[in-house]
Amino acid sequence: MEMIHAEKLIYEYDRRDEDGNIVGTNRAIDGVDIDIPQGSFVAVLGHNGSGKSTLAKHMNAILVPTGGTMWVDGRDTKDPAELWNVRQTAGMVFQNPDNQIIGTVVEEDVGFGPENLGVPTEEIWKRVEDSLRSVGMIEYRKASPNKLSGGQKQRVAIAGVIAMEPKCIVLDEPTAMLDPNGRKEVIRAVEKLRKEKKVTVILITHYMEEVIDADQVFVMDGGHIVMHGTPREIFSRVEELKSYRMDVPQVTMLAEELRRRGLEIPGGILRREELVEALCRLR
Amino acid sequence: MIRDITIGQYYPAESRIHRLDPRVKIVCTLLFLVSLFIQNSLAGYVIATVFLGAVIRLSEVPLKYIVKGLKPIVILLLFTVAMNLFLTQGGGRLVHFWIFTITENGLRTSVFMAVRLMYLVAGSSIMTFTTSPNGLTDGMEKLLHPLNKVNIPVHEVAMMMSIALRFIPILLEETDKIMKAQMARGADFESGNIIQRAKAMIPILVPLFVSAFRRANDLAMAMEARCYHGGEGRTKMKPLKYKARDRMTYIITVVYVAAAFAAGRFADFKLWIF
Repeated sequence: MEMIHAEKLIYEYDRRDEDGNIVGTNRAIDGVDIDIPQGSFVAVLGHNGSGKSTLAKHMNAILVPTGGTMWVDGRDTKDPAELWNVRQTAGMVFQNPDNQIIGTVVEEDVGFGPENLGVPTEEIWKRVEDSLRSVGMIEYRKASPNKLSGGQKQRVAIAGVIAMEPKCIVLDEPTAMLDPNGRKEVIRAVEKLRKEKKVTVILITHYMEEVIDADQVFVMDGGHIVMHGTPREIFSRVEELKSYRMDVPQVTMLAEELRRRGLEIPGGILRREELVEALCRLR
Repeated sequence: MIRDITIGQYYPAESRIHRLDPRVKIVCTLLFLVSLFIQNSLAGYVIATVFLGAVIRLSEVPLKYIVKGLKPIVILLLFTVAMNLFLTQGGGRLVHFWIFTITENGLRTSVFMAVRLMYLVAGSSIMTFTTSPNGLTDGMEKLLHPLNKVNIPVHEVAMMMSIALRFIPILLEETDKIMKAQMARGADFESGNIIQRAKAMIPILVPLFVSAFRRANDLAMAMEARCYHGGEGRTKMKPLKYKARDRMTYIITVVYVAAAFAAGRFADFKLWIF
């Protein structure tokens, strides 16, 4: 069963000059086909302006395709009657932690989604507690979001999405504005959710380290999907990745360089331990 | 630090007054304000003082906070007292020098007026001290709900108010950041006359506005992504429900208003000129 399925997806927007006259159209997404099975962890990588965020916004029906079709859990996102169902099925976490928290208290913010869905009051409390616990923020339930760190805010935002009980979570560069610690916090929370709640996770990012556990990786450039495969397959094509202005994790880079100098190391090494093991085997 | 500023001067505590339904507090505050205007007698003020004192005591808000709240009206207070003191005629003459005359009536009205003004401010500040800003907007939303029938978007207005409250600290922090950034580029906010200083604010306001609009755009998108579609079909995580203590508070307040009014009418007593 496909969670997300897109066929020949195109998204165009008008380019305007300073007076607001249309001078042309830009294609942010150009003929993208994508298939994401239920329960999988998929990462979409890409440089700035590659169209990855635009693609993410299609999964939540914030943007509607200009051409082609996007199905979320079998629902066409273009159909206005399915709009709220699509949004409930695919929850979305955005980049800026400050601009997506609505409540003045953590628990109120997490309750915002269920409130909108018309969930009964007792059920809301249960869901809020449950989802705050699953991201490890339960002890901050009465705190003001302004006093939290970036990573904590982002975890609250994730809890807010979980409380709507979606089948799929789309994270649109959730770690781009965080420090390394906050980044780890958020990725760990997402990992835990994936294991416990069995939701489909779609992670949009440009940090390579975050995608090594993914089932599939898509690399986007100029509105196209240019690479697709498992992380190991993707990372063994170092030169190609570099041509799309992507950084490769340090370990992979080192392994690649060593291999080029004649050492017998397999391609697509993702973790430090793997490299250590491969080096030990050389002797 | 700038992000510690609280708006609506909420004083967090767990007192009996804090626990009341915000609607009760709003309505009872209004009743208290009305009670100050429908009577003007010593007996009435004595009852009002006892009532206000009891509420302050129960609210566990330190008295000095409430006194501090009176500061902004000091000038208004002095002005009103002076006007009433010198311009009200009638009754026996107390003091007379040059063109100023203080009469018994003048003294009486000015003292009563001062007390009335102070109680007005103290009474309403008790409400804001004991109700969180969100509680206030929730209470307002529920109280004004009937206005929905005449096409006033009560829910939307309340939502806007609570979002505005949420963004005050964020925008304050941002202002701080922009100010520092402009200062690093040589901007000068402190010297010059008032017009020059106002002009110096422009390089702060423009980026602040731009970023506020960007934030608003992001937030609207985040709200839509979480299925926000207006007040219809929405449930509440913290619905307002009247409890026994709320009903009691209504009764006590109504009894107080009646007592203050009746005392002024039928059981007033005189103490010197008052």
